Amino acid sequence: MSRDDFILETEGLYKSYRMGATEVKVLKGVDLAVRKGEFVAIVGASGSGKSTLLHILGALDKPDKGVVKFEGRDLDQHSGSELNRFRNKMVGFVFQFYHLLDELSVLENVFLPVMASRSVVGWFACRRWAKRRAGELLVQLGLRDRADHKPYQLAGGERQRVAIGRALMNEPRLLLADEPTGNLDSATGNGILAVLEELNRAGQTIIMVTHDERIAQRAGRIITLADGKISG
Amino acid sequence: MYKLILAIRYLIKRRITYFALLAVALCVFIVVVVMTVMTGLVSDFKQKNHDFVGDCIVGTESLVGFAYYEDFMKLLDETDFIEGVSPVIKSYALISRRGSEQSYGVEIMGLDPVRHSQATGFGRTLYYRKSDVAKAFEPAYGPNLLGCVLGIDMAMQRDANSRYPYAVSLAEIGFSISCFPLTRKGALAKAGLGEVNTQTFYYSDHSHSGLARVDSSLVYLPFEQAQLLCGMAGPVGRANAVHIKFKPNVKLQAGCEKVASLWQKFKQEKAGERQADLLDTVTVQSWKDYRRAYIAAMEKEETVMTVMFAFVGLTTVFIVFVVFYMIISHKSKDIGILKSVGVSNADIIELFSGFAFLLGLLGSGVGLFAGWLFLMRINRIEKWLFEHFDFQLWDRTIYAIGDIPHQMELRVLVVIVLSAIAACLAGALLPSWQAAKSKPIETLQVSQI
Repeated sequence: MSRDDFILETEGLYKSYRMGATEVKVLKGVDLAVRKGEFVAIVGASGSGKSTLLHILGALDKPDKGVVKFEGRDLDQHSGSELNRFRNKMVGFVFQFYHLLDELSVLENVFLPVMASRSVVGWFACRRWAKRRAGELLVQLGLRDRADHKPYQLAGGERQRVAIGRALMNEPRLLLADEPTGNLDSATGNGILAVLEELNRAGQTIIMVTHDERIAQRAGRIITLADGKISG
Repeated sequence: MYKLILAIRYLIKRRITYFALLAVALCVFIVVVVMTVMTGLVSDFKQKNHDFVGDCIVGTESLVGFAYYEDFMKLLDETDFIEGVSPVIKSYALISRRGSEQSYGVEIMGLDPVRHSQATGFGRTLYYRKSDVAKAFEPAYGPNLLGCVLGIDMAMQRDANSRYPYAVSLAEIGFSISCFPLTRKGALAKAGLGEVNTQTFYYSDHSHSGLARVDSSLVYLPFEQAQLLCGMAGPVGRANAVHIKFKPNVKLQAGCEKVASLWQKFKQEKAGERQADLLDTVTVQSWKDYRRAYIAAMEKEETVMTVMFAFVGLTTVFIVFVVFYMIISHKSKDIGILKSVGVSNADIIELFSGFAFLLGLLGSGVGLFAGWLFLMRINRIEKWLFEHFDFQLWDRTIYAIGDIPHQMELRVLVVIVLSAIAACLAGALLPSWQAAKSKPIETLQVSQI
């Protein structure tokens, strides 16, 4: 297997936080490699550092020590604007609490990443395409009739599907999902997992964090995080 | 684009922004009203001073006056930049109504009403002879009598509404006016005889200049009579000043410089002649410099007022700061979301600055409209207060203006609106900067808990 097959690699990731006078070591040397097209589940107990690891992989946070390579390039070598572009184009985030903007409609939330990466002129040049693409995603996610609704008018599962739509808007190479079913009942959670499975079957690389072993079983590979290290 | 959309939606959907908007609108309203009234008052006062003295004054502070004023006037008349020239006698006198033994000290000004009306706004201040200024010193009841024009506050008292009770016809009133003639060396001309020059004048009109001191203590007399009374007539006649009005296209400073240059040449030509030493005391001043002592006080008041309102502006900055701090604290999740889709720190600052700009623009728009509405009705409100509560907000005896100024000046409005927007941007700056500096993961994790 060549190195080109890996979309993401980490070497010796360390991360700690200060809680008052105490320093909490969350990650203690994480080595990880994810191949293109994989659906990986990272499992671990609460506080094991799985969300922290996911945020570092998506450049929302920085490790104290260690290297994260995306398609062979060290994220630490990226400038601030390159990291913004990385978060906008290369990865899509799905959070446990959906994190949609209440001021925007469902459709606007979905095409937000396109708006965010363009100037006013640039946006006007591509707005028809963006709206069409966002509309197609909503159809694909079963939200055709919800485009003009506000997030607070939707049920939890619908909101999470909107969040998935937003994450997929720029066709990212990697989808990062942090407890995507954690705030949903099991039937709705199953629906979300089905969507992720379908995306993976279509070639989307997915890394999902969950504390639930049964949900992790839906992924192609399970990585267990315990005591700040990969244990299996 | 998302910045504009979010800024507009934050503005519309966050109730707390209505309070910030109200604070900005109130501040703008107060500043617009006060600055309009104050600016109107100052510009009116300046205009009245300008009307009173003309554009440029060649004159001396000395009561002795200066000689050869007629020669200099001829020189001025030959130029192409001057519209009107008027020689003036200025002095002090005692005045007593005929039949009364009480005397009062007054200022007198001797002038030719036609020439003076060409050089200043004198003609417009008259009441009975406004349309025929040549007859300003001819009492209607006795055209052959020597007339005098009184400052309006010497001629009549205001009524209960602080308005002048103008009479249809002129009352026949005579005044004895006594002056102290001075020699060219400044001594009393008739001191040895223990006499003063006294002449009887009849009330022919009154002048309402709008300048409280002028209207309460100045008596206008015919030029030749005043010259005689002050001992300034003779083979080499003297005057205290020459008032000049420039043609409309002449700039004040440039005109004054030309007159000063002419004066210097004139003075050199007259060197060695009789009474030429009196020319050394003469200065050439623009109306602004000549009336500086009076105008400066008003301008200082305006400056003090502006400084006070700068403090009101600071309060706005603080209110906006608090509101933005609250909004941004509340919106920390949104900031995290935006950063997770690749929005930069600069874009976050731009978003909240845009929000602050819209707040300032809308707030000042509301404040301007409310201020305009109030100013359009300010005189009616003042009248209503007086009629129903006997409360007079605007004392005409002090301000000498019939109505409260309410004409908004575009220049002032632009400054107020820009200041309000700047205040909002200043208030939003620190919270926006803090929002931009926040780590997305902190805001997203906090909101998860």
